[in-house]
Amino acid sequence: MRLALPRSNRAPILNWVMGVIGGLLVLCGPNAMGADLPDEVVKQEEARIAAIAKGMQSAVCIFANGGNGGGSGAVVTKDGYAVTNYHVVEPAGIYMKCSMADGRLYDAVLVGIDPTGDVALIKLLGREDFVPAVLADSDQVAMGDFCYAVGNPFLLATDFQPTVTMGLVSGTHRYQYPSGTLIEYTDCIQTDASINPGNSGGPLFNMQGEVIGINGRVSFEKRIRVNMGVGYAISSNQVKKFLGCLRGGRIVDHATLGARVATSDEGRVLVADILEDSDAYAKGLRVDDEILAFGGRIIRSTNMYKNILGTYPKGWRVPLTYRQGDKTHDVIVRLGGVHGEEELIQLISREKAPPERPKKKPEEKKEPEGDKPEKKPAPPMPQPGPHGAGQAMPDAVKALIVARHGYANFYFNQLEQSRVWKAATDKQGSFLALGGEWKLNGKTADGTPVEVSLNKDEVRAKLGEEEVRLELSKDLPAQLEAISVMKEPTKNNRSPQERKQIASFAVGLSMWRDLLVRGPEKFGDLNYYGNLEWGKEAELADMLIGTRSVVEGHFVFEPASQGMLSALEVLADVDGEGCTMQFANFQPSGMQQVPQQVSVDQAGQPLWVITWDKVDLQGGTEASEGGKP
Amino acid sequence: MMQLRFALLAVLVAIGVFCRPVGAQTSLAAAQRLVEPKLVKIYGAGGSRGLESYQSGFLISADGEILTAFSYVLDGDATTVLLSDGRKLTAEVRGIDPRLEIALLKVDAQDLPHFNLQEAVKLEVGSRVLAFGNVYGIATGDEPLSVLRGIVSAKTTMAARSGAYATPYRGSIYVLDALTNNPGAPGGVVTNRSGALAAMLGKELRSSQTGALLHYGVPVEELVGAVEDLRAGKTRPLARDERAKRPKDAHSLEMLGVRLVLDLLPRTPPYVDGVKRGSIAERAGLKSDDLVLMVNGRMASSCKAVREEVGYIDQVDEVRLMVQRGKELLEIVLMP
Repeated sequence: MRLALPRSNRAPILNWVMGVIGGLLVLCGPNAMGADLPDEVVKQEEARIAAIAKGMQSAVCIFANGGNGGGSGAVVTKDGYAVTNYHVVEPAGIYMKCSMADGRLYDAVLVGIDPTGDVALIKLLGREDFVPAVLADSDQVAMGDFCYAVGNPFLLATDFQPTVTMGLVSGTHRYQYPSGTLIEYTDCIQTDASINPGNSGGPLFNMQGEVIGINGRVSFEKRIRVNMGVGYAISSNQVKKFLGCLRGGRIVDHATLGARVATSDEGRVLVADILEDSDAYAKGLRVDDEILAFGGRIIRSTNMYKNILGTYPKGWRVPLTYRQGDKTHDVIVRLGGVHGEEELIQLISREKAPPERPKKKPEEKKEPEGDKPEKKPAPPMPQPGPHGAGQAMPDAVKALIVARHGYANFYFNQLEQSRVWKAATDKQGSFLALGGEWKLNGKTADGTPVEVSLNKDEVRAKLGEEEVRLELSKDLPAQLEAISVMKEPTKNNRSPQERKQIASFAVGLSMWRDLLVRGPEKFGDLNYYGNLEWGKEAELADMLIGTRSVVEGHFVFEPASQGMLSALEVLADVDGEGCTMQFANFQPSGMQQVPQQVSVDQAGQPLWVITWDKVDLQGGTEASEGGKP
Repeated sequence: MMQLRFALLAVLVAIGVFCRPVGAQTSLAAAQRLVEPKLVKIYGAGGSRGLESYQSGFLISADGEILTAFSYVLDGDATTVLLSDGRKLTAEVRGIDPRLEIALLKVDAQDLPHFNLQEAVKLEVGSRVLAFGNVYGIATGDEPLSVLRGIVSAKTTMAARSGAYATPYRGSIYVLDALTNNPGAPGGVVTNRSGALAAMLGKELRSSQTGALLHYGVPVEELVGAVEDLRAGKTRPLARDERAKRPKDAHSLEMLGVRLVLDLLPRTPPYVDGVKRGSIAERAGLKSDDLVLMVNGRMASSCKAVREEVGYIDQVDEVRLMVQRGKELLEIVLMP
């Protein structure tokens, strides 16, 4: 039905319309900004405030003792482990003070350092209920995401309240050339959030209040040492990889493949050079092979490769896909160290410059592929309040320090060793009373009988008809050398190669028995390595490294085995051939759990899967041996 | 009836106008993904005495026309462009506009994502923007250019004057509150938060007193006309014949009666400082404060370059100068 409004009703309708528009103006229009914000805006503000408040709970301001500078950090565990930059702790030494947004000052001790990656781990004392920051998956960060940095720029936080600056993620997976020092920033997150001297070591958060990076570096104008819109944060995924090793109080080195790569004219990444004693070489990699994937990433350029390589600690096992001729190979490579052990230690002591270091001359020449931002020195600042020079170290802190050459703080290595061993023995039981003869009998998958007998002096391993006997207290290197140089088939007509494999297996089993029977204290040269990804599921496992003359044993304790000793890789200096043993099918045997199956690999190639029919472990105690742990 | 419909329509329009929903803003990643494929990295001459040999640019046509800031990076013989996907192409300098200091490059490619200059948006003071540029040359290969966020602090005109400032540009600019124009950024883009093109990041300009960089963009509407001219082939710089030799008796600025400003900067803009009385230059109408842009059809954007170009012209030949006087472009012919 048509609505016909008489003329006289027009005015009220127009009034009504104007009233509605006026009402809308009041509710939504710009004049209303002061009085009533739109709900959406209020919601976003509150979300931002909440995210920042969450992030600030775990942010730390670090004050170096004696007024040598400072920076920032982020607490990552409830009991106070905090991540920061190496260049923040380096002038501070082993003891420093930290403030948090709750207004309190905490003592802190150095735990571990990664000088090349510019990361360090410290531990705050005095609380078991710190609010830890969550380390997010930095691979999920996209350019254009908002982010915020929390820290102590210009050491402003005399009231212990950190500074918050906000910005965008300006770039991801950025590679920064080493600028003359040993520090190389790889795979980092670039941000335009204001990062200034003092922000170093502090967290970069996403808008959910999770850590996506640790701020550490900026690109500077040639003359002005303040933020120019370009800051870099070490990715949280890299920090996660190093965390275990840093917890072990170590001076952690970065990884190398033992090969140099270069991009060809067609854009293929080829091996230019390779060390013959590298694990990559042992796994078949040669010059001119093409790198297709590394660490789970498809590699399209040398920068990409360097980026992903730079996020790994020395010693990690990483998947590599390469093409040789027309065949593609998938292998797991054990990464070596960029520096020699002593070399790294010396580089660090050379780095310890006095606070008044002469400024580097601004670089005139720049290469097209990237600029060389200068290393940020810790600015010498006068320290206000209680943290002046001459502060004595509290006893609680002294108790957490054990100095030892080659370690940042050996106390924590002992702590982690004990933790790992306790967790292992809680589950697998103690083998300390089983110091007598061990006899294991079984078969390989194809039915070949296997006989092994072990005691503290000797190991005998027999596979089929071929037997290898090694005397452990005599010159082990010479015995292994003798086997490795054999070229003729053995008496039983087995290849010398097979004899070497059995020898490796024998050595591995003897090390396995040694650790179980002696325990970490008496084993001898044993230390906590840290965490690394192990196994098909690539779960983080603990690892101890023990050395027996020329043999190095990597003892792995996997979460999948509830922390029991479940794998062992043996590296022999002689000939570079070792073997990897994966223990499975743990069954109770007396008071202990004993693996009923061991899979043996060499250079990534499976050798045997041995199932034991009969395991006889004799009691007895070994005469104590070995030097300092 | 009409009144009721009108009323309802008015109400709906009012709702639409006044109640614009505020989008969830924890990420501008979508805008970055939209813009990045249209950007290029440019590499060329330079790389010494503190000057970078890289800058940024953006595609304005599907077949590979690129707009960028004109700078010394483009001076050399070989200009290389990296597309967003990492493809490396040789670029030809198709045209240069000396007043706007922009250059049009061309690479040989098809079906490239690009900006349409006609669809550029205008910004206001307070507009929230994103700036894209290869600051510090951080991005190489197929890595994306850096993205920064900021707002338009001011919309104003450049008041370039002889000597103190290093640009002849007199048009309007957006001054930004973000640190956008770092080395490597010139030729990059300023967009709104949805990734729509608004301006080009201009060439590096520093205050001679403080050394501070000016962070600014040149609005696209200032450039559109000039770009069309460049596309049409006007102001194409002539290539000097490789075998050309200096004439035995060439012109010189002194003989012509032209005195340029003191050559103090690495590339001093060639402003005329004075014209000798009774000289060829005075007769031709050259005046103080004129800025020389081209000599006989060839770009000459520094005192050195002007001197050099003049030295290739035989004394018996005329010298055609294109100069900027105030906002005008004039041709001045010096006849011997």
